[in-house]
Amino acid sequence: MRLLREAGHLVRVALVLAAGVVLFLIIRNAVVPKDFGRYGHFRPEALGVIRAHPVAFAGQSTCVACHDDQAKERAAGKHAHVACEACHGPQAAHVADIANVKPALPDVATLCARCHEKNAAKPKSFPQVVTAEHSGGVACNTCHKPHNPQI
Amino acid sequence: MINGVAGYMYPNEVELQWSLLIVLYPYITGLVAGAFILASLERVFKVEEVRPTYRLALLTALAFLLVAPLPLQLHLGHPERSFEMYLTPHRTSAMAMFGFVYLWYLMVVLLVEIWLDYRADIVHQAQTRTGVMRWIYRALTLGSQNVSPASRRIDDKVGYVVTVIGIPSAFLLHGYVGFIFGSVKANPWWSTPLMPVVFLFSAMTSGIAAVLVIYVGSSLLRRTRIDMRCLDAVGKYLFYTFVIDFSLEMLDLVHRTYEADESFRSLDFMVHTRLFISQIVVQIFLGTLLPLGLLAATQLVRFSDAIRRRIYVGASLLTLVGIFAMRWNVVIGGQLFSKSFLGYTTYKVEFAAREGLLPALALMILPFVLLLVLVKLLPPWQEQEVTEG
Repeated sequence: MRLLREAGHLVRVALVLAAGVVLFLIIRNAVVPKDFGRYGHFRPEALGVIRAHPVAFAGQSTCVACHDDQAKERAAGKHAHVACEACHGPQAAHVADIANVKPALPDVATLCARCHEKNAAKPKSFPQVVTAEHSGGVACNTCHKPHNPQI
Repeated sequence: MINGVAGYMYPNEVELQWSLLIVLYPYITGLVAGAFILASLERVFKVEEVRPTYRLALLTALAFLLVAPLPLQLHLGHPERSFEMYLTPHRTSAMAMFGFVYLWYLMVVLLVEIWLDYRADIVHQAQTRTGVMRWIYRALTLGSQNVSPASRRIDDKVGYVVTVIGIPSAFLLHGYVGFIFGSVKANPWWSTPLMPVVFLFSAMTSGIAAVLVIYVGSSLLRRTRIDMRCLDAVGKYLFYTFVIDFSLEMLDLVHRTYEADESFRSLDFMVHTRLFISQIVVQIFLGTLLPLGLLAATQLVRFSDAIRRRIYVGASLLTLVGIFAMRWNVVIGGQLFSKSFLGYTTYKVEFAAREGLLPALALMILPFVLLLVLVKLLPPWQEQEVTEG
């Protein structure tokens, strides 16, 4: 009994620690989203949030449905496997309102260099140039056709 | 060609993801672990000579421990949710273990040990002070003003048990930080089982050096006598731990050199070029061999008190610089070369940016401000200790 009296302050420490643990669990419970981990290490609601995002890309088949000439030209060249929207950007808005939403033409100076600027880390077989030396400021599409990039 | 990049570098390696702040993180946790282990020398291993540094070491450990997670949070950004790393620890990732390791060490070990040790002082202050301070101390007593000899004996026993638990906890804290790097199997600069052990001993070395400098500095500021018996003992332990730390690092180096696996030529090139100043000059020569030589001299030659004092402080400051360079070389060095072993990138520290030099300096000053507050609140000086009963 005397030991318990003399060690009373330790009981208080234990209570403070226990209160800390409870507070930890309360805050944790508040910040960890409901049902976290039901399908894996993520919030199940995240799926709904992602699904609710507006669709930005129209898709290759939609572009080809109208732009037949460019599609044929592209399919015949080295850019056959580059999707339309990889260069022209997401075009779902254009498809939804063809009359009013017109896609802007890409800026070839930055667009082509994004893939074809010389970089030692790229495979040797991949066509790449030091653009400043190669064209001297002349736009790429002066010589190359973007849909079928032969000269 | 990208500026600062040479050779064959994969695109995701060009920019460093772990910045100066991630250099500070193991540095600061190392100081915590080292300071705590110095304190435990007195408590558990009964090294009476280091008693004047006991409480100072505990407060130093606490001040640095409070700052330890800040570099991580600043690095993560998103202050509105980065604090959740304490609340959502889990076992599946070494990094996500941080919440467990940190909270255990802070709450269960360090705070309880400091509270038990200071309890008589806190009660005394609660009874004698006035105004706001009285209420602060009364809150710190947790409502128990019992400081009878019997209760203090219980405190002493429990405190001893907490310290005994604390030693492996301090080892765990810093071993864990080393493990984070050592377990990255994709990075040959980091991936070695020796990493946690090297981190641990370098932590002990830097923590002991920091407490030595703080002890001498605080004695000079307070114009009190420096206990040379204590300083000699701390200097001796600094020397011992540093010898072990240096041996382990050399063992790692020799092992890498002899094994000379596919990464060796690349890493060797890096040490001779981009890391030459920070590794060879600052870490090994200025930060290791020079302080080790100075500390060895104090063990072999009989210097006067004044000279020994200067040697200890000089060696400790160099040690602190050397261990910082070691953290730099591990964290930054590990990201300067390509996994192709054929390319190298550059790290340029920003200044007034979220992960720049300015916040890093602020984070290194902050523990000293906290220490000042802690020292005011809980004076560690022996001459002010309250007699029991």
